[in-house]
Amino acid sequence: MNKTLLFLTVLVIATCGLIYELIVGTLASYLLGDSITQFSTVIGGYLFAMGIGSYLSRFVERGVAQRFVEIELAVALVGGLCAPMLFLTFTLTSVFPVVLYGSVLVIGTLVGLEIPLLLRILQDQLKFKDLVSQVLTFDYLGALAASVAFPLLLVPKLGLVRTSLLFGLLNAGVGLWSTWLLAPVLANPVRLRVKAVALCAGLLVCFALGDRLTTFYEDQLYADDVVHATSSPYQRIIVTRGKRGFSLFLNGNLQFASIDEYRYHESLVHPAMVRAQKVEHVLILGGGDGLAAREVLKYPEVKSVTLVDLDPAITGLAMNYPELAALNHHSMTHPKMRVINTDAMQFLAEGANAWDVVIVDFPDPNNFALGKLYTTGFYKILKKRLAPGGVAVIQSTSPLFARRSFWCVETTLKAAGFWTQPYHALVPSFGEWGYVLVAQEPASRHRALPEGLAFLDEDTLEGLTRFSPDMSPLPAEVNRLNNQVLVHYYEEEWRRWN
Amino acid sequence: MELTRRELVAAFLGASVASACTRQAARAPVPGAIVDRAVDTGHKLRTGPLPRAQDFERVDVLIVGAGVAGLSAAWRLSAAGVKDVRVVELEAEAGGTSRSGRNAVSAFPWGAHYLPSPLEDRGPVMRLLRQMDAVTGVDAEGHPSFAEELLIQEPDERVFYRGHWYEGLYLRAGASPEDLAELERFDARMNAFAAARDAKGRKAFAVPGALSSDDAEWTALDALSMARWMEAEGFRSPRLRWFVDYACRDDYGTTAEHVSAWAGIWYFAARQNGKGERSDGFLSWPEGNGRLVRQLASSLGPRQLETQVLVHTVEPGEDGCRVHALDARTGAPRAFHARQVVLACPRFVAAHVVAPWREARPAWMDAFVYSPWVVANLTVSAPPASRGFPLAWDNVFYESRSLGYVVATHQSLRQDARGPTVLTWYLPMAGADVKAERNQALSATYGDWEALVMADLLPAHPGVGALAQRLEVQRWGHAMVRPQPGFLWGEARRAAQQSLGRHLHFAHTDLGGMALFEEANWFGVQAAERALAGMGLKSASWL
Repeated sequence: MNKTLLFLTVLVIATCGLIYELIVGTLASYLLGDSITQFSTVIGGYLFAMGIGSYLSRFVERGVAQRFVEIELAVALVGGLCAPMLFLTFTLTSVFPVVLYGSVLVIGTLVGLEIPLLLRILQDQLKFKDLVSQVLTFDYLGALAASVAFPLLLVPKLGLVRTSLLFGLLNAGVGLWSTWLLAPVLANPVRLRVKAVALCAGLLVCFALGDRLTTFYEDQLYADDVVHATSSPYQRIIVTRGKRGFSLFLNGNLQFASIDEYRYHESLVHPAMVRAQKVEHVLILGGGDGLAAREVLKYPEVKSVTLVDLDPAITGLAMNYPELAALNHHSMTHPKMRVINTDAMQFLAEGANAWDVVIVDFPDPNNFALGKLYTTGFYKILKKRLAPGGVAVIQSTSPLFARRSFWCVETTLKAAGFWTQPYHALVPSFGEWGYVLVAQEPASRHRALPEGLAFLDEDTLEGLTRFSPDMSPLPAEVNRLNNQVLVHYYEEEWRRWN
Repeated sequence: MELTRRELVAAFLGASVASACTRQAARAPVPGAIVDRAVDTGHKLRTGPLPRAQDFERVDVLIVGAGVAGLSAAWRLSAAGVKDVRVVELEAEAGGTSRSGRNAVSAFPWGAHYLPSPLEDRGPVMRLLRQMDAVTGVDAEGHPSFAEELLIQEPDERVFYRGHWYEGLYLRAGASPEDLAELERFDARMNAFAAARDAKGRKAFAVPGALSSDDAEWTALDALSMARWMEAEGFRSPRLRWFVDYACRDDYGTTAEHVSAWAGIWYFAARQNGKGERSDGFLSWPEGNGRLVRQLASSLGPRQLETQVLVHTVEPGEDGCRVHALDARTGAPRAFHARQVVLACPRFVAAHVVAPWREARPAWMDAFVYSPWVVANLTVSAPPASRGFPLAWDNVFYESRSLGYVVATHQSLRQDARGPTVLTWYLPMAGADVKAERNQALSATYGDWEALVMADLLPAHPGVGALAQRLEVQRWGHAMVRPQPGFLWGEARRAAQQSLGRHLHFAHTDLGGMALFEEANWFGVQAAERALAGMGLKSASWL
């Protein structure tokens, strides 16, 4: 037997073993948040499992070489597929931790079996002191190679999914080449060889598809730690925390970042509030985070705020998640507040109330279902529900990133018969953001801004309606239920920035 | 003869669907039933003499048939102030092939389910739409606009091909530059046909067909089939041929081989003006054209419409018509003496009912050929998941002989479209031998239809089995008259439109040669106006 090749085998095995550990640890902290706990439990669990493997190795009595190759193939399969599998189960909130720690145990145990078995295969070839010295040297060398390559080369170049598959392939390769290397001590090398080749082929196919898998999965990754993750029937809800506070993501789209959300919400709410004839009864459509409601409640004349959001998971989070409840000043549980989880268009169409102010804070029109909420069909219903002298405001995506989309919303509102006042504000987390204020008749000022706003004062308020040339009006078609042009504009424009 | 599942699917839906169904896992059958009475009362007309009542109920106008044509006649008469109008209908419900149903989830169509919005502000259909508050205005050029919530919302159409859904009806994915060039050339041809006017200023292809130019330049196209015309014009792209064939099956119930080129072109040219501007789109309602039926029927008082009355003899005379009928529930005979009769039923029924025609069968009779159809309504607990372009109003399978399905709740204004809905599945029996097609459709059991509908849906929606709650199947033995080559501009159709004497007038979509709402409405109004003239009443024509 070629000893150099055997030591090379040790090197590869060791690298693979550490890579799987790093992958699972990284995924755990990406997806579950709290990286210190996740890393320490994953590493601890993995080492413990390796201990189990080492212990179990004593029960392998005969056919040690045969077992070794089989274990290589098993590690290749489980380790190679660990990242895609974990991403896949991530959306199933309840089973994800089970799958995560399950794979830590299985991979750790299998990896723990490798070195003891290899030592026994080599025990007749070398003196004990040389054997231990050389095997462990290559083992630790492999660990160094893995820990350097992982953050510097593998994750940036390949991503987690393909890294995992690549090292699965290497492991399977070790299995394959061991069938020749250990041929003298193997009972049936050909059968093992066939298995190894089949496994290599399978992993290669996955690797080739890995590019698509990666873009799909890594959309779910966030720069900061995930501190809360749930799935409702409507969307995936993620809260992350980083140096600059916390952020809410719905289906991977940023809803707000606590550091600058005041800019967005002050700009959304106050221009409408100060121009409405009365502000007694306010309706918020969308805005389930309660942050727009916080701004509305700064006016003592407000008698009722009705918030309609489709998803009870989001309004529940805004009520009960301590940091979010603190950020929205407990607006969701305010006595003037009424929270209704239903379909906004249906609520407006079936209701009979006349609202003094309506704040329309829907997600951007990135699909046909949301696109409906930006059509003349919706705005005509909105117009009927606005009290005389009432004002509504519509968050209208970015006039910079999606310029035609923004002006399409404005054009559509005009086509629905509204007087419109488009404006925008800079929200660093989002970029330049646009709104359209609408009313039955041109709306003038009726009240002062509340005290203590962080972003808006009289001067700033005035400046919001000025558009620089790169955001100035573009001709756009009217968005109707039967053309949904906005969804097409939006998709085309945002694709250029992403 | 017992067919295997695969043979059954191949026979009805084609070999591609059949080959997919062998890969489907076993599943529990969806509960449901065949809901029509296709082989029931109507067939009594063919059996010998029936009893006759001695006492005649006197009525000014008797309308036989409460489909769109008959109800349009009643609607026209009511507007003219004629009070003594009676409509009798064989079925338990009015509406004909525009009937609709309703369950806890939604209303749904049993047949016709949309109306292309009119291009111009004229004719009885616009009048009806105004009454429904569906018209929001007319622009300076005379193009009407319609209530947004009634126009089919985007996304309106998608097509399924080999595992994926694609936007639109023409399969663009994988189309070669030659395919696309042919499509462009085809569109240009159709636009030119749409823009064509004759010396009198009539559109070459107009809605309804009766307003089209009768210049030989275009009517000569009626002599050959659409398939032959495509061949002669060098349109050979399989995708384009599929697209045209789909259009023919959709509007005429048969393939391009059995549709005249005039009719095939009419489909693409009549609803646009050739300037690249199309009409506002399709108008639709959850119950389909059942909504239009309801509007027409609202012109009638409570006792003016009687269902389950089987008219078996109409005898035109000097002072009006004598009409003999049976109460379809009790079998009791009834007789009417009407000053005017509008016989709003298809030709093959009229030939049995009109007494003189029983003696001497009209020569034009055999020119009228009807396609059988099968319509199935599948109630699902949620819209089925699919790969590719999202759920649309009209969802079509490229490789199937069915027309796919429409979604009853598509026009709902809800943002969240995940709730239960009803999928309405359409299958025209398009083969050349309509008798054989009819027998095939009628011989299939509920179990067969269940297998067929699911075999059609499952390749596109592997999860639909678990969502399916109930399936109801309606077979239409004579759903649509076929505009076969030579029929639309031939003598037979013109002859069949003539009144028989001064008291018996005819109305039905088959007189237009194309089974469309606008045709039925047009001939209903025309027959009513003839009846008005027959009674010496003056009223400005709506036509």
